Amino acid sequence: MKSRNILLFSGVAALFVATGLFASWNQALLILNVSLISAVIAMGVNLQWGYAGLFNAGVMGFAALGGLAVALTSGRRAPDAFAAGGLQIFAALALAVAVIAGAIFLWRRMERGRARNIATAVILVVGFVIYRMIFDPAVARVEAVNPAGTGNVGGLAVNSLWGWALGALLAAGAAWLVGKTALGLRSDYLAIATLGIAEIIIQVLKNEDWLARGVKMVNDLPRPWPVPREVDLQQSARFVEFVRDWGWEPALASTIFVKIIYAVLFLVVLGLVIWLSERALNSPWGRMMRAIRDNEVAAAAMGKDVTRRHLQVFMLGCALAGIGGAMMVSMDSLMNPGTYNPLRHTFLIWVMVVVGGSGNNWGSLLGALLVGWLYLIVEQVGPTVMGFVTSGMADGPLRMHLIDSAPHLRLLSLGVILLLVLRFAPRGLIPEK
Amino acid sequence: MSEEENLKALRNTRGNKDASITRTEGMSTAEPVRPGGHAFPAPGGPFLAGEGMTGGYGRGADILHDCTIAVEKGQIAVIVGPNGAGKSTAMKAIFGMLPLRKGRVQLDGEDITGLAPPDRVARGMAFVPQVNNVFTSMTVQENLEMGAFLRRDDFSGTMEQVFDLFPILREKRQQPAGELSGGQRQQVAVGRALMTEPKVLLLDEPTAGVSPIVMDELFDRIIEVARAGITILMVEQNARQALEIADIGYVLVQGANAHTGTGKELLSDPVVRRSFLGG
Amino acid sequence: MDILNALVVFLNFVFIPAATYGSQLALGALGVTFVYAILRFSNFAHGDTMAFGAMVTIYATWGLQALGVSLGPLPTALLALPVGIAVTAVFLLATDRVVFRFYREKRAAPIIVAIVSLGVMFVLNGIVRLFIGVDDVIFLDGLRQIITPADFKAWSGLDEGLGLKMSQAITLVVAIISVILLFWFLNRTRTGKSMRAYSDNEDLALLSGINPDRVVAVTWIIVAALTTTAGVLYGLDKTFKAYVYFQLLLPIFAAAIVGGLGSPLGAIVGGYIIAFSEVIVTYAWKKVVTYLVPESWAPDGLLQLVTTDYKFAVSFSILVIVLIFMPTGIFKGKSV
Repeated sequence: MKSRNILLFSGVAALFVATGLFASWNQALLILNVSLISAVIAMGVNLQWGYAGLFNAGVMGFAALGGLAVALTSGRRAPDAFAAGGLQIFAALALAVAVIAGAIFLWRRMERGRARNIATAVILVVGFVIYRMIFDPAVARVEAVNPAGTGNVGGLAVNSLWGWALGALLAAGAAWLVGKTALGLRSDYLAIATLGIAEIIIQVLKNEDWLARGVKMVNDLPRPWPVPREVDLQQSARFVEFVRDWGWEPALASTIFVKIIYAVLFLVVLGLVIWLSERALNSPWGRMMRAIRDNEVAAAAMGKDVTRRHLQVFMLGCALAGIGGAMMVSMDSLMNPGTYNPLRHTFLIWVMVVVGGSGNNWGSLLGALLVGWLYLIVEQVGPTVMGFVTSGMADGPLRMHLIDSAPHLRLLSLGVILLLVLRFAPRGLIPEK
Repeated sequence: MSEEENLKALRNTRGNKDASITRTEGMSTAEPVRPGGHAFPAPGGPFLAGEGMTGGYGRGADILHDCTIAVEKGQIAVIVGPNGAGKSTAMKAIFGMLPLRKGRVQLDGEDITGLAPPDRVARGMAFVPQVNNVFTSMTVQENLEMGAFLRRDDFSGTMEQVFDLFPILREKRQQPAGELSGGQRQQVAVGRALMTEPKVLLLDEPTAGVSPIVMDELFDRIIEVARAGITILMVEQNARQALEIADIGYVLVQGANAHTGTGKELLSDPVVRRSFLGG
Repeated sequence: MDILNALVVFLNFVFIPAATYGSQLALGALGVTFVYAILRFSNFAHGDTMAFGAMVTIYATWGLQALGVSLGPLPTALLALPVGIAVTAVFLLATDRVVFRFYREKRAAPIIVAIVSLGVMFVLNGIVRLFIGVDDVIFLDGLRQIITPADFKAWSGLDEGLGLKMSQAITLVVAIISVILLFWFLNRTRTGKSMRAYSDNEDLALLSGINPDRVVAVTWIIVAALTTTAGVLYGLDKTFKAYVYFQLLLPIFAAAIVGGLGSPLGAIVGGYIIAFSEVIVTYAWKKVVTYLVPESWAPDGLLQLVTTDYKFAVSFSILVIVLIFMPTGIFKGKSV
């Protein structure tokens, strides 16, 4: 690594240390953890945009699927609800898949003409009606079981680390569907397709209460395996004794300790992702990806199946977004589909990748840490700064309004940063080699 | 160094052809002289001249090396030479589609080196590019109207003249230019350029890709235009035929003047014949 | 069987709302298609530009109201609209000068400019939230209903009422006027034709003496007019909320693509297609069907294909279907 890059990373590290010293270590670690999660997702976006030039405008949706996976794996069991109609729901969904597959099969097999159109339409319409006849009553029964507590099919109550793996799978599966449709179209409509699919995924999560309780949220999700709960730590005599020896206050020490364990866990995942990603980049596969990116026509002429490669890399990138989304829900112990926002969960990640340097994993990491820090810190210090800026104004409703809405400054400042980077250093802080 | 890499990064599409969010079709590729420059008097000298032109695209190497092209009023000048000799580049430089690093361009007693292409159009220059030389989505008539964009007077007379010169265009005036045949498109392209009633007409390989019959026809029309008093500067692949109608000819090799003379002189020059006219 | 009542229910709950929403989408999609055709990138800041224009108009409306100016039965916002358009135009021209022009001169890849527009989106988002906040703002004044359902019932003697809100009528009228003006401008005026020429072939436009900077400036002014009008009409009809405008990006893009990106006519048709599909698919048809079939056949269910929460899924499905069967959109857009 060049000395310039070491300097950049030291600078970002200094930002976090300064936050710890001048604000609180608790806050610094919280920001670090959120940034590390964002870094995992940013690796995915970098894989897609940096390596393959795929414009994914729906990162949010894939991250949310990761969150869903955690709710489904580590969430409480609800055997009654599942018995009431769980199987029937999944049977209905399987039927829906079969109907669509059947329609596609028919469309491909039959000869062009009116018969084909009618047959396909009939299959779809009849299939839809039957699906609704099976699906609707089952959903009603499931949602009727203890709606205040569960009202969904329930989780598996296993370690939420499994949810991270399932999150990757779910996201990759959805990516396969999107990629099959969008990458195969004559024009490359990936950007708009992903923008749309992300909104749809969020709407599904919000409205399908039987799945993960929708906007009623799944809360109190258990911590992933090595992470203890603060209360348990505070009640552990060994822990209390240990921190007292160092002269720390147990309540504060426990929250910091928990965050450090999270940070270590996230760092392990991130390290693994970066290591694999760097290996992939320098492997024949990575070279081929870049060859396709830099000259698709030539690569296609050389017999490379461009669409297939694009599908691969799109699924991989989305899987990373799924893992990141799962990590986020694991850390919050809360799955709330209402909190997903394209600005925060899609475009902020894009800012990280572009600011850090598209096509360079270390750049994306730096971008995630820097932009993540900025995003959260501006929200905190914004009101103070705004209070200072407006100190010349008379106290009044306008000044109060400005100070109140100061947290929105973060959107503004991130936009300005993105524009400045694209203007003066379009290759990002750590450019692609 | 880093500036250049930044520029490369800005132009890098990463293989992205996402036509749903971007559109590269019809995008400008030229980096013309920026608007805001001024012309100043430069009395004497030929009617149209690019003198000692040196330049290249973007930050790339020089393509033109001290190249000089000049033509007197009402004459036909032809630039010939092997592929990659910088013929089209010389023409673009004269029109301001390429900023010069050295040298100057003068027209009708004025130094116009600093003028942007639209300002040169206003001073009586017209340019017909080799490819993409019609607005495909617009009708023939709209194409001609766009040629007359800078004119505030009534240009219906000029349009009639163009229709007289190319009668087929009158028939197809309401048809989108994109639907015409290659030869008809070239006629639209030349017609569009004539709509400003230019003093000089610059033609970049007007006969590229058209059939021999259409080619003869086009040459006839070009002579007709020259007789009307319009100075013509033309780049041609069909060197022999072009030199036959040329008052003055320039042979360019690697962006520099190799031979200059009247059309007849060049046609009879054994070196030129052997190297560029195929014996 | 009661066809008249069924028709009234249909008009009241499906046709009028869909036509209104479609007009708003069409105006929005026209803006997207203009930027795409002439500046050659998709403007992700489009939704937020609509919010910005609507916000300025709201402030102007409040100012007029404070001065005691009103249009009687018509909303004051109509009087404030030109102010909103002018301020938005100045803002967009300044954005172009500070941000976009640089990339145009450098001949940057359009995909990079699309990413640049993400930055502008963040900035606009911040500005709007900073000024007017994230809450609902209702700025419709004057007469609310031109025809109330009760009046209609009394007049027609039917069981069902038909209402026409002022905001709906204004949307339809303003949209029609805007579209006529726009097409007249594009096909009949010298400047309009020069914009089409520039969109078709930038280099040839330059050779014809068309000044690119002027074309771009006029484009931004038109886009300001379209987005502000669309934003204000949407705000009058529903309510102003910063985040909702951002979300409109998807149906607007869908409308522009379905119609054929780069084609103004396509943007309008696309807007109505998306709007009508959304309303038709998410409307509960029980009432209409009950009127149409014999009593014993009356349906038990709501006859709603999907709930309104999935309206994005509808625009998206339409988009995918059209792209599979007509990759360049209905009116043959510019994409390959």
